[in-house]
Parts: sequence; C-alpha cells; structure tokens
Amino acid sequence: MSGLEQLYQQIIIDHSKHPHGVGLDAGEETSHQRNPVCGDEITLALRWDAEGAHIDAVAWEGAGCSISQASASLLATLAEESVEEGSAWTPDDLTALIDEFREALRSRGATPLDEERFGDAAALSGVSKYVARVKCAMLAWVAAEDLLQRRSR
Amino acid sequence: MTSLAATPAASSPAGHAATTASSAVFSSDELASIRSQFPILGREVNGHPLAYLDSAATAQKPLRVIEAEGAFYRESNAAVHRGAHTLAGEATELYEDARRTVADFLAVDENDVVFTSHATEALNLVAYALGTASIGRGAGASAAAAAYGLHAGDEILVTELEHHANLIPWQELAARTGATLRYIPVLDDGSLDLEAAAHLIGERTRVLALAHVSNVTGATLPLDVLVPLARAVGALVVLDACQSAPHLPLRPRELDVDIAVFSGHKLYGPTGIGVLYGRAELLNALPPFLYGGSMITTVTMERADYLPAPQRFEPGTPRIAQAIGLAEAVRFVSDLGLDRIAATEHALTQRMLDGLAHIPNIRVLGAPSPAPRVGLASIVVDGVHAHDAGQVLDEAGIPARVGHHCAQPLHRRFGVTASLRLSLGVHSTADEVDRALEAVASIRPFFGLSEGAMS
Repeated sequence: MSGLEQLYQQIIIDHSKHPHGVGLDAGEETSHQRNPVCGDEITLALRWDAEGAHIDAVAWEGAGCSISQASASLLATLAEESVEEGSAWTPDDLTALIDEFREALRSRGATPLDEERFGDAAALSGVSKYVARVKCAMLAWVAAEDLLQRRSR
Repeated sequence: MTSLAATPAASSPAGHAATTASSAVFSSDELASIRSQFPILGREVNGHPLAYLDSAATAQKPLRVIEAEGAFYRESNAAVHRGAHTLAGEATELYEDARRTVADFLAVDENDVVFTSHATEALNLVAYALGTASIGRGAGASAAAAAYGLHAGDEILVTELEHHANLIPWQELAARTGATLRYIPVLDDGSLDLEAAAHLIGERTRVLALAHVSNVTGATLPLDVLVPLARAVGALVVLDACQSAPHLPLRPRELDVDIAVFSGHKLYGPTGIGVLYGRAELLNALPPFLYGGSMITTVTMERADYLPAPQRFEPGTPRIAQAIGLAEAVRFVSDLGLDRIAATEHALTQRMLDGLAHIPNIRVLGAPSPAPRVGLASIVVDGVHAHDAGQVLDEAGIPARVGHHCAQPLHRRFGVTASLRLSLGVHSTADEVDRALEAVASIRPFFGLSEGAMS
C-alpha cells in the first residue's frame, strides 16, 4: 500500500462521503473548531443520558477535507458502538480515548491506533505520518475535549 | 554591479506588456543551466524528483543567493551605519550597494527604496504612517505629514481580490481614523468591476491600494484604467507587486504609483526582506512607523528629530545579509532578463491552462486572462477538498499550495473556501507541468469519483 493509500484508506473515503452522526439540534451545547489553514470546520455536540453520566451520542456538522470529516464521522460511530455494546462512555472514558488518539496521531507513525479500542477509527493511524494533516484529524476530537473540559469546570 | 541590459523600457500603459510577446523563450540548454543553479532541484520528494510548483508562496533560491548571504557573514559581518571601523564601512557599503541594485531594478532613486522585513511590513508601514499623520503627528521638523492624514468622510479603496496583507492594514487604518473602507468588486470571471470602480473612485478617495497581479488568478489588474482615475482625484496609489516582481518587469514610476512593495523571498531572495518603493516627497513627509536608533538626527529626553527616507523607516540594525542576498537575486533575474523570463513562463502557463481545460470536473478560478499575466492557476476539483487534492500532488513530488492563499474574500466571491494553486518559477519545465497535469487528472479517480460524473 502506498503512503497515500494508507492515508486515505477505504474506510476514510467511505466515511467522508457518507458521514455518520451528522445533524445538530437547535440550542444544544456545541463546540465549534476551525482550522484556519484550510478553513475546515466542525461543530460538535455530546449528548448525555438522563443521569448525565454517560454519552449517548456524538452529533456534529461540518465542512472540510475528507480527513476532518471522516474523523468526526468515525468518532460518532465509535460512540454509537459503545452504546450498543452496553459500555457507553463516561467523561473519563472519552478523555482517555482522546488522549490516546492524540498521542498516536502525533507519533509520526510510531504508535498506531489500537484496533480493539478504536475500531474503524484505527484507520486514521495513517494520518500520523502526515504532520500537516494531524490537525485535520484532531478537529472533532478537540471539539469533544473542549465540551468535556467545559463540563468539568 | 547590476545588469540592466535585459530590461528595456516598456511602452504599454501597464508598463510591461510590450516586451513579452517578442522576447525569446529560454532554450532547453538555457533552462538546464538555470535549473543547475538551484541546489534544491536536485532532491527527491516522496520518491520522485522534486517538481516545485509553489513559487507564488515562496521561490527557491539559486546558489549565488545562498552564497552571497553566507559570504557576508563569513567575510564582512558588522553593524551598518554605526561605528567607524573598516568592517563596518565594508558592511555599510555592501548594504547600500544592495539598495542601489534594487533601485536600478525598479528604475527609481536609491533613496526611494526602503528595506523592510517583508512586503506585509511594508504595507503596514504605509498604513500605520498614514494613521500617525492622521492624529497630527508629523515627521519631526516637517509639517507636510498633515496633508496625508485621513479623517471621517475620507475613503480608502481596495479591491475584493486583495491578499490579506493589502486588506487588513487598511481595515485598521479606517477604524483608527474614522475613514471608510470600500472595495472594487470582482466579477464572476475574476476581473474587477471597472464600471463600479469608476463610481467608487471620487473626491473622497484618499488611498487606492491594490495588487499588481492577483495571487489567486494570476491576472494583471488594469492599472492603466484605475491609476489615472485615482490620480484625477488626488488619491495615493499603493501597489502590492509581490506576484509581479519575480515575473514581469516592474517600473513603479511608469505605472505612476506612489508606493510599490514586494517581498524578497518570492523573487529568489532570502526570507526576512521586503522592499518598499515610495515617491520621495511622500516618504519624506510621512512620519516613521517604528522608532529607535539609526533613524534620528537629534534626540533629547523630550523629543527626537528624524532622518529623511530611507533611514527614517529603517530603525534598529537592518536586515543586512538579507538585503545583500536580495541584491544577488535581483542580479540573477536581471541577468536572465525579465522579458525573457516573462516570455518563457507565459508559454508554460499556456500549456498549464490548456492542460487543465482538458481535465474533466476541474474549475480554474477566474477566466483565463491574456498576457501580461503570471504562471499560476488556482483550481477546484469537484467533490474533492483542496487539502485532499494537494495530498495527491505532494505524493507525486509536486509541492503546491492548498487553502485560501490569504485571500478569503476572493475565495468567498468564487463560492469556495479553498483551492489548489499551481505556480511556476523561472526553473519550471514543460515536463513538470505535464507531471502536475497528470497528477491533477488522477485526483478524482483516486477518491473513487468517476470521470465525467459530478459527485
């Protein structure tokens, strides 16, 4: 597989064309993140269960390159799967995931994403060799982190 | 010293069109010799020979420029315009030689040339000095600055296609002075709405700030129409020549502009150096931008008097090595001849634009404009974000710029947020252009989008 094919794995192209989790409700709390270099934008919401202890869903809207859009879609998918498996994320769970995600993406290819933990989102491992694109992949995850930090204040 | 033999005076209203059509393009031997002067062209990127198509962002450097900068540090380094020792004298001479070389290049007087850190600083300098004049601060003993002050009711006119560096300083000047910022709109084909311009330029217009060549479309702006309109109402004309200076002969006086700026690093020179040309009376009337050493005559604990231009605008230890490097870059393009550079790049631009026109589902921003224009094209690939499109070129060893190229308003006008820009330099070849065209044609198929079908 060429570097380009590793970066743009079929999963990423599919998610960028048919993204999951798109659609925000009026008035819900969101975090808007923007990459000023290329104009990529993600507005993201975390939807909580009745007790406010677990995340039911990640919803978002955005525009930008396939990496930024696929990454948001894959984060939403991962949240969906955690709910289906009966292990919906606590704030700590998601914080740990975001930290691992960031570490892998900043590793310049040294630390791939764990497929057990990240599922299809592990396809984003290829981004870590492309320093200029890490920001694109991080955008949705930074939005989620921003919401978690606001919540803990 | 400077070779000016290859830049005959142009006779067209735009000041540079007459030479391009008749000048010979570089032969393949000449091109090979030019290329051999750029050490970086010998390297590979992602397993392919580097085909550098990002000269509009920054140009690569010929060895003689790299060496000139190094030679200064190795042999003559000293602070200029201060100290009486031999080295300081040598350094000062080299620095002022560099100013003369740039002045000859522009066919202006050496005192009309101010070195800045970059073109952005040059534009900020002018806008800030006008702002200082507006609050009644003068240029030391001279009271001439007041005439250039802006006030409520005055207007600053720009165009919708400006680089942010020739837009934001004017926004700020308007905010500081109460003047109104207006702009000449861009039409669907990327050209300026000259009918609107004729209405916009009026008695209230105090400044017209515009690009010589668009950094997004490559088209030359119609200075022959706009400058006389501005002149007729007594407005200052500020020209951003960043995209023209490396590619077309630049003659600020023939263009009848008050200010012209360009950056060194786009003209095969070092980073950290920009050029501000200003009409002498204007420069000597304007108050300083930055204050400090090397720009004063007398300083007391209460006040200071300032030197005339250019020293007034070069406080602190200036960019000595960079100015010397830039002078070598100016000699490099002058030796080649800007008319021949323009002719060669124009032929290559035609090849690039023709090739792009044959690739389905590609949009080139702005209608193809005739000579004089420069060798760049910003494209949008249907269904593929510019960032993703650029990645395909990078993989093929072709650096190209992706994004809004510091021209968000123009991209908005075209209804897009980003584009992929291919831009040529003096070392560009037909083979490199063909490689880029092939790579561009492969973008949609790579992302699984079929030929001919809209995504």
